[in-house]
Amino acid sequence: MKYSYYPGCTLRTKAEILNRYALASAKALGIELEEVENWQCCGGMYTASTDEIATKLASVRALAQARDAGCDLVTLCSACFNVIKRVNEDARTNENFITKVNNYMAPDMEYHGETNVLHFLEVLRDVIGFDELKKKVVNPLTGRKIGAYYGCLLLRPGEVMQLDDPENPKVLEEFIRAIGATPVLYGQRNECCGGYQTLNEKSIAVQRSSAVVESALSQGAECLITACPLCRYNLAVNAAPQIPVYYFTELLAEALGVKEVAENGN
Amino acid sequence: MAIDREMILQISGVNPKLCMKCGKCSGTCPAYDGMEYHPHQFVSMVENANLEPLLASESLYTCLSCMACIQRCPRQVEPAKLIEAVRLAVIRQQGCDHLLPDELPALLDPELPQQAIVTAFRKYKK
Repeated sequence: MKYSYYPGCTLRTKAEILNRYALASAKALGIELEEVENWQCCGGMYTASTDEIATKLASVRALAQARDAGCDLVTLCSACFNVIKRVNEDARTNENFITKVNNYMAPDMEYHGETNVLHFLEVLRDVIGFDELKKKVVNPLTGRKIGAYYGCLLLRPGEVMQLDDPENPKVLEEFIRAIGATPVLYGQRNECCGGYQTLNEKSIAVQRSSAVVESALSQGAECLITACPLCRYNLAVNAAPQIPVYYFTELLAEALGVKEVAENGN
Repeated sequence: MAIDREMILQISGVNPKLCMKCGKCSGTCPAYDGMEYHPHQFVSMVENANLEPLLASESLYTCLSCMACIQRCPRQVEPAKLIEAVRLAVIRQQGCDHLLPDELPALLDPELPQQAIVTAFRKYKK
């Protein structure tokens, strides 16, 4: 199974481990992730307006490259997934938008929304299948009580993202079960961590991330997992109560027995 | 170009007339406590062309873009799109950026992901 892969800016730098654990796990599962050449940063946040073109070009270029490679485009970072999937929806459904976009594209790269955008979690759930994943687990994380933190960007807006039910998601809980651990449900799992307000108004990020961690602790979670580097930062650094926060790919790599391989280079 | 109601409606693509004033947007807003004007007020103030207070308010920059109000609005008004449109109308004016590169070094810490920086610039700077 071969996919085009868009790592995004943070997976090259502060969240390199999110990337490394994912690549090692993908290899163990027989999934080939071929990085899009010369990808550019998605911008981290989709601009919800009718007239923004330039801020969406990086996404369209990555989507067009995946189309030309004949592959679905896979992302790992929740923000990249949100931006690229929503831009793709614009490209598919908004003729005015894509006409203007194509005026900026190279003549042979005209794009009309042909590519399918997937989060790596969807590959695990819909292509591998959680039952199959369970069979490939060599180190089940038995007894670990794990809270899934979805945040905003994986789920909303639900009509476009289509990853899961935006108000009652279960993909991460199913993932936790597949690697042998016990999911812990808590109320704040799909409420905002404070996001980029850590730079503008830190008290909001502190208040939001603390509320998430308190909610998870109150239901007995011993650690949290997330797909988003900024969520991980807020929950680990800005929240007042302490709880270990991991990328979901770290626990995947651990369960598949490839954690050391990932840490020592693929 | 003067910022007026028509401009905000055009940038946002929102129809505030759909609002039935249930208040669910503000009820679910995780940044509510930090806002001078709340999501439901953005909807009614834009509808009533009462833009001056919004243009000058810090609330433009407090929205988390978490899309809770967009997802949960029972009338698909999508208030965060109005907040985004007012913010864009302001920062698209020359000299009206809310975050400048020179201000950044003082805000950094070694663990901060790049994602926070690019997102903040996308929201606050043109």
